[in-house]
Amino acid sequence: MTRSISSLLILCAFLAVLLPGTALARLNIEITGGVEAAQPIAVVPFGFAGGGSASVDPGAVIAADLARTGRFAPMPTRDMLDQPTSHEEVDLRDWRLLDMNNLVIGQVVREGARYRISFILYDVFRGERLAGATLTATAAGLRNAAHRIADQIHETLTGIPGVAATRIAYISATGRGENARVTLQVADADGYNPQVIVSSTEPIMSPAWSPDGRRIAYVSFESRRPAIYVQELASGRRERVASYPGINSSPAFSPDGRRLAMTLSKDGNPEIYVLDLDSRALTRLTDHFAIDTEPAWSPDGSHLVFTSGRGGNPQIYRVPASGGAVSRVSFEGDYNASPVYAPDGRSIAMARRINGAFRIALLDVERGFSRLLSRGPLDESPSFAPNSSMVIYATTHGGRAVLAAAAVDGGANQRLTQGTDQVREPAWSPMVQ
Amino acid sequence: MRIHPWSLLPGVLLLVLAGCSTTPRQGADGAAVDGATGTPGGGAGAEVSTAGIDGEDARYAGPWEDPANPLSKRVIYFGYDNAEIAPEYVALIRTHARYLGTHPQVRVTLEGHTDERGTREYNLALSDQRADSVRRVMLAEGVRADQLEVIGYGEERPASPGQSESSWRLNRRVVIEY
Repeated sequence: MTRSISSLLILCAFLAVLLPGTALARLNIEITGGVEAAQPIAVVPFGFAGGGSASVDPGAVIAADLARTGRFAPMPTRDMLDQPTSHEEVDLRDWRLLDMNNLVIGQVVREGARYRISFILYDVFRGERLAGATLTATAAGLRNAAHRIADQIHETLTGIPGVAATRIAYISATGRGENARVTLQVADADGYNPQVIVSSTEPIMSPAWSPDGRRIAYVSFESRRPAIYVQELASGRRERVASYPGINSSPAFSPDGRRLAMTLSKDGNPEIYVLDLDSRALTRLTDHFAIDTEPAWSPDGSHLVFTSGRGGNPQIYRVPASGGAVSRVSFEGDYNASPVYAPDGRSIAMARRINGAFRIALLDVERGFSRLLSRGPLDESPSFAPNSSMVIYATTHGGRAVLAAAAVDGGANQRLTQGTDQVREPAWSPMVQ
Repeated sequence: MRIHPWSLLPGVLLLVLAGCSTTPRQGADGAAVDGATGTPGGGAGAEVSTAGIDGEDARYAGPWEDPANPLSKRVIYFGYDNAEIAPEYVALIRTHARYLGTHPQVRVTLEGHTDERGTREYNLALSDQRADSVRRVMLAEGVRADQLEVIGYGEERPASPGQSESSWRLNRRVVIEY
């Protein structure tokens, strides 16, 4: 009885209802700048054998993945002199004429319900095969196979792992007041395949990935006050891990995935804590009457950076993971908040106010100088791609909340929109195994 | 006999609950939702669904709902990135504190909010501090701690959706909710 009442309470008062199978508009990714230094590459439409037709051309998916990195300029298929799909059909002289550095060909072979997807990557001028492999997938996995091939091509040509086969979590909101609906969604890095993992009439905030990419922590107000949940993506199963009096916010998984840093105000004021997810032991890391929040782990797990108002306005500080002396990290600008470490540990991205505008700044940890990645005026929530090459963040465009991504080296820029929804708080997944 | 408005609340709540019981439900543990098609136990037994009755009872209005009553002023506004209570709002808070002091059975929620500028999580903390500032004044005025609940909503629930100071100043607020 108690249980059924509490279920009803959750149902009626909170309406946190998952909506499996709801058709969603995909995130539309528009390249908004910076491809001057991109390498020319030809990705030929893949051949297909085995009856029927493939719903996806892996060649087109690979070309789009490579274009989004800003490092490659795939050739339009209409400019190709021929379209080989096997090694025997390739004549590299054709591609030299077209000044292509690299060529990618491939084919899809259907075998019952499964597909075999194979590709070859050529160095056109040296006449060498640089890479090649065969993957198998179901029809639903064809795009993922193409993303994995794009990542292998990226790594072969640049020495840096690609991130096409990763995902992005974000908050999407529609309506206001009584009609407000907030969802936490997960989409592929190219914006396809968006899926709602939580839906509520109350605010949802702060999605954070576990290091293995299998769980997401987030804040939900479905029980009227903010509480932290950890949800397993495959099953949808979740657990409420923090619902103390006051705020429970800003979850961040430790690099080993066993602890969750968070902000709690249960002791009277927002402070940083670390929750051991196995033992449930809670360790308090900060103690100051000003606001301490937005903890983020260093990649080696040795310390955390966080936002604190202890200096009179919000700035970034660091504290050892076991607690101890706090030291200041940010010195430029009168408002620095929402810090996040690059996975390579070299830089920290943050939201910085300059002349009244909030922009994404990148602080070089070794050398101490910083530069701006975005134009503002209301940019926030930076999150690094797992190869540290790009930062995705929340911005506004035409009065609407949208996402944007910028290459750390100053190359590509993209804008990500979803129909007419307000989209915010992006969180880029770790590498997916 | 005078019926206190709050004595009617449980009845209203039950009616609201009953009216909801045919929508998809979520387990208390928050696990994946069964959806509207779920058959209990998963066996081949009969499908059962229950329905409630509609309707809502009348209730007595609280004094804070009377525009002529000083208790109807229930919003305290704040400066940018600031959780300190401006002097002009002290009288407003004291009015509510006096009422709560003479009505120890009445509880209020102090809902803190911010404008959209700055990061969402910092704003959540800031809204919590704003609500806590109001709470501390009320405690100093003799209100019992168990009459007060503090909730920070950050920038998630703006009172005005615009992107200029005319909206922002309305959004930096604490609302006293009876």
